[in-house]
Amino acid sequence: MRALLIDITKCIGCGACVAACREQNHLPSPADAPFPRKLDASNFTILKQVERKGETLTYRRLCMHCLDPTCQSVCPVGAFRKTAAGPVLYDESRCIGCRYCLQACPFDVPRYEWSSLQPRVRKCNLCADRVAQGRPNACAEACPTGATIAGEREELLRTARARLAAEPDKYVPHIYGEHEAGGTSVLFLSPIPFEELDLPSNLIQEPLPMLTFRVLGKIPYFVPLGGAFLGAVWWITNRRQEVAAAEQEEKPRPRKPKEEPR
Amino acid sequence: MTTLRAHFWRVVAALILSAGLWATVVRFTRGLGAATHLSDEFPWGLWIGFDILCGVGLAAGGFAITATVHIFHLERFRPILRPTILTAFLGYMLVIVALMYDLGRPWSIWHAIVFWNPHSVMFEVAWCVMLYTTVLFLEFSPMLWERLGWLRVRYWLKKIAAPLVGVGVILSTLHQSSLGSLYLIVPTKLHPLWYSPLLPVFFFISSIAAGMAMVIFESGLSSRAFGRALEFDLLRQISRVMAVTLGVYLLLRFQDLGWRGQIAQIWTPRSETWLFWLETALLAVPMVLCFFERVRSHPQALFGSSLLVIAGFLANRLNVSVTGLQRASGVDYFPSWMEVAVTLSIVTVGFLLFRVAVKYLAVFEEPAPARTSEAPVTKAA
Repeated sequence: MRALLIDITKCIGCGACVAACREQNHLPSPADAPFPRKLDASNFTILKQVERKGETLTYRRLCMHCLDPTCQSVCPVGAFRKTAAGPVLYDESRCIGCRYCLQACPFDVPRYEWSSLQPRVRKCNLCADRVAQGRPNACAEACPTGATIAGEREELLRTARARLAAEPDKYVPHIYGEHEAGGTSVLFLSPIPFEELDLPSNLIQEPLPMLTFRVLGKIPYFVPLGGAFLGAVWWITNRRQEVAAAEQEEKPRPRKPKEEPR
Repeated sequence: MTTLRAHFWRVVAALILSAGLWATVVRFTRGLGAATHLSDEFPWGLWIGFDILCGVGLAAGGFAITATVHIFHLERFRPILRPTILTAFLGYMLVIVALMYDLGRPWSIWHAIVFWNPHSVMFEVAWCVMLYTTVLFLEFSPMLWERLGWLRVRYWLKKIAAPLVGVGVILSTLHQSSLGSLYLIVPTKLHPLWYSPLLPVFFFISSIAAGMAMVIFESGLSSRAFGRALEFDLLRQISRVMAVTLGVYLLLRFQDLGWRGQIAQIWTPRSETWLFWLETALLAVPMVLCFFERVRSHPQALFGSSLLVIAGFLANRLNVSVTGLQRASGVDYFPSWMEVAVTLSIVTVGFLLFRVAVKYLAVFEEPAPARTSEAPVTKAA
């Protein structure tokens, strides 16, 4: 399964990945404008900066391509799909525009074409067509320092572990994306704690879709049980009513003699 | 005096509807971005939080009262059956209208029928709302058939009333709670005062209290507008159920904060805490009030209590869907005037449709032959 390993210690902030991504996805690239700092409908990857001890650290943000994607689980019409090759893909022809994917994504990745009358959800597709051809991702290919490299996920995890072991002083001992939200296809190594980066640091280690599926999974049991309960209540109260009606028809007779003497 | 007041409300309605019309044009010619203050950081706003979450919740009286009469056979509640069903039906219709505004591609709404994703809470809500709106139409339709004289249809609907109501109760239980489940997926975004694994349970219980409050509130309005109130004794009993439901809800709510180790949050001085207490007070005060016989038997006080419960319910839903997500989103969302105009227009249309229905259909009393179920057979045949 295709993945990316992003080593923040190697990033020089040149923006080659941003430019390559725009070209790959035919996105507008205004020549004079500075690189955006926020993901939007026409920027699937961006460079973020953080100041640390007088130094400026640059790192990328992009779709994390979760192993068990939240967007795929929340989409009512199944417009998202984690492919076996790695990319999480969006199918415009299914989308109804409910934007639950934007709301639910733990990494705040999906973006929306707010000014369009045919709005699409936009995000990185991990260069799915390049992956299919066995070529490296556009951003990884463009990166001059090897800060972003493409490869098999297992292989990249081994590479990351090797780097952590070789230079433990250079990195915080954590591979972001190995277990976050159940694991992702984009992995990060960082010289500073991940809490200081704009990456969610309070995520659970299991896939988020479990949170809702635990509840949804009960529905098949609830429906027959609920039906049986309602049926039982109906039957009992109905019977009670019938009995009460029958009693009322019978009772007046024995009462009459008591009432007559008055 | 009364004509003056009527004129005033007519002018207000006209103003709201013209603003709503303008907003509608902008929404459907220039897109969501032009009409709303929604953004990538804050993709769901007033239309989801109020029109959908509150709209569905406030219509919960529909399934609660139909179940009371048809499943539990508490026949004495029959007089409030029709106005409650009418409100619920109109409520769901308007929820669907609101959804057409909010969806980015409303013309694709039917995709939910063909493209299935059973792992999605939204998918489940979509199906339940779709089916339950159909059930509500069937429950409401006897008023229509009577008017049209199609007594045979009405007769057969009466035959299947109990199973139909049962299906409605199950569907309602599922989607009232699932609206809460929608937010189970955002544990890192929703403030801990509101995020809880029990969200579906909270949404379900509070919708029942809100449904009861709506029955009382509507009856109060009807008595002013049409000079006909529902039987006050029934409202008193309903207020009792409402108070107990609220008690269970609030107890569970605080218990849950304790279980999750978040109870200290209720003393942390920040905006969320104030909103939490506002919501809690709006529900707790009417609960306490309704425990007193003197309040319950005073029409004005009961009406006021129901208003508070509705306000508390709205506060809760908006806290879950808007204010509770604000801090994590990093942006300050406040609805645009167009979002507000559309929302107010939808509420106004709801009032107008209720008025029209009361004028043309037998909403407040079933016509005499309806009580004897055998009669229509000969007529229809």
